[in-house]
Amino acid sequence: MNPTRIAVTPGRFHGGLKLDGHRKLASGKPITPLPLSERYFLWLAQHYGDAALPCVSVGERVLRGQVVALQEGQRGTPIHAPTSGIVRGFQDLPAPAADSSSASMLVIESDGEDRACTDLSGLAEWDCAAPETLVERIAQSGIVGLGGAVFATAAKIARAEAGVTLILNGAECEPYISCDDGLMRERANSIIGGAQILLRALGSSDCIIAIERDKPEAIAAMEVALRDAGDERFRLERIFSLYPAGGERQLIETLTGRQVPRGGLPQDIGLVCINVGTAAAIRHAVCEGRPLTSRVTTVTGPVLGAPGNFDVRIGTPVRELIAAAGGCNDPKARLIMGGPMMGIPLRDDRVPVIKAMNCLLALPESALADGRDQRPCIRCGECAEVCPARLLPQQMYWELRDERFEPARKFGLDACIECGCCDVVCPSHLPLTRYFRWGKGQLHRQTVERERAEHARQRFEARNARIGQQKAQREARLAAKREALEKARSDGNRGAAIDEIIARKKSSTAGNDDSGQTG
Amino acid sequence: MEGITAILALGILAALLGLVLGLAARSIRVESDKVEEQIDALLPQTQCAQCGYPGCRPYAKAIAEGEADINLCAPGGDAAIRALADLLGREVKPMAHDVDPEESAVVAVVDEPRCIGCTLCIQACPVDAIVGAPRQMHTVIAAECTGCKLCLPPCPVDCIDLAPLPPADNGSAWARPDARTATA
Repeated sequence: MNPTRIAVTPGRFHGGLKLDGHRKLASGKPITPLPLSERYFLWLAQHYGDAALPCVSVGERVLRGQVVALQEGQRGTPIHAPTSGIVRGFQDLPAPAADSSSASMLVIESDGEDRACTDLSGLAEWDCAAPETLVERIAQSGIVGLGGAVFATAAKIARAEAGVTLILNGAECEPYISCDDGLMRERANSIIGGAQILLRALGSSDCIIAIERDKPEAIAAMEVALRDAGDERFRLERIFSLYPAGGERQLIETLTGRQVPRGGLPQDIGLVCINVGTAAAIRHAVCEGRPLTSRVTTVTGPVLGAPGNFDVRIGTPVRELIAAAGGCNDPKARLIMGGPMMGIPLRDDRVPVIKAMNCLLALPESALADGRDQRPCIRCGECAEVCPARLLPQQMYWELRDERFEPARKFGLDACIECGCCDVVCPSHLPLTRYFRWGKGQLHRQTVERERAEHARQRFEARNARIGQQKAQREARLAAKREALEKARSDGNRGAAIDEIIARKKSSTAGNDDSGQTG
Repeated sequence: MEGITAILALGILAALLGLVLGLAARSIRVESDKVEEQIDALLPQTQCAQCGYPGCRPYAKAIAEGEADINLCAPGGDAAIRALADLLGREVKPMAHDVDPEESAVVAVVDEPRCIGCTLCIQACPVDAIVGAPRQMHTVIAAECTGCKLCLPPCPVDCIDLAPLPPADNGSAWARPDARTATA
């Protein structure tokens, strides 16, 4: 038995909620590929870390899987063309981000041929490849965490020490979403294959696959795939379905009974957590040389004609997803990227699919919490009871309401996972999570501003020092000249001659300044 | 006799305590340099000179020496006044300048075809954010520009404009939830 194997002590994380799944709407039907779109819109800042740097010119022909924007910074990722076609420049579109801000998106017009780029070929013998080669391939293929955090997977692997335990996260816990469920039912072999590649890249020999108990079909399919693979490094764990069991920290606590330290990472306690969809994408990238240009997305909601799981290309406008899911029969329906708990409201249906889009949810206005009357906080503490991060939401709310960001941070604002449990139980209907998202943004902005100010201060001081130095040098030079002159004047005949020249100069012109210009 | 003992005892006590206080004042005195630094840390480092001093550090020095009031920093706004009042134990005052609190951060942009290469803006820039040479085109390094607007007056051809600072591209800017809308 491997000594690094982590004993599984079925635990339970703090708080959480039993929620109505609404998953039947979309799950159970096969994953359907979406037809080709006319145009794709690629948001270059769709992942965690720095925005990718475009490397194609307007009018250029690109092939499917060709890099159109390069990785920037350590934690960035490249972005690839979702199909073959022509680059049409940038267009401002509403982004699937906080408060629907606009962003410029790289437009690629499809030529309908969908020819693949052959820059990368599959590594047929990946099981003999060096871990570094595998990590490099994962980075080149633009793989990010598809569970929603969109953190570069290669950077995650690079930060883990050898011998960690890999956790495959198949605990899709948010209502309505079933893309991972569908993936496990249909592509269990790809997931296991991806996990095997990950184990090699991580230098690890221990993998726990965690699936919620309310997905029996997915569990059965994964068991079959595991039996076929005959790999003893894998263990399958059925966990209680409780929202948010799929949260990284909550899943780790459920599986191991251990808590990831606040401000730390799972790697700190010898664990790496990867979503099942990410594992499948890694398999395609390494074995088939297929970069991440598509993902499985749940398109669902009570107002859609035929909800389901779809294989969509990154950059497809969500309008086409809705059309594929039977259209929307409520003109006032609201679109949400993600689930009803943590999702981000979308401004309209022009928003393109991004790597983080695990679900597109259309809800009637009546299903949203907007209309409810807010009342003052009565300090009942219900929110603290359900908080899976063991925080005091009511206290952070009181601080944030009066814009006291620093105290809110001391109460653990950074550790909030924005799961929305507190909103659900709040008897005063306070939009607590909205406050926390806003507060986090403000804290981030303050940090950036402080860094900028410090930088400007250094440059200001450096400039002053330089100007002072130049002035001192000039004065020293002048003083030396003056001294030499005095010395010469005290020297008999020569002195008289010099005095005469000075007198002549003074009478002829007002004199030229010898001050030079600097800059 | 008792009176003399009492006077002696109190006298010695007073002398000892005085010595202790004197030493303490010397060893834990807050140097005016340090106050200046603390004040400087609260200022936005725009170096715009709107306060009447040639930069943030000189203004910090003036505050530390009691020459300047704490409500002169326009880019810092009310937040800076509050922070300064907090640090110095003074009353919060209304801002001395007419500033629009909604005004967004800006950076200077040189309209390059119009630039004649006079280098005057380069000499005016307090943070060396403009590059160029005599009779050569100049340009602003946006990442270094503090938006202080000091380069605008010296330009003889008015070729410098102010552009809003591009927001962080990963859009983490959730607005403050107002009383009516709640999260979905």
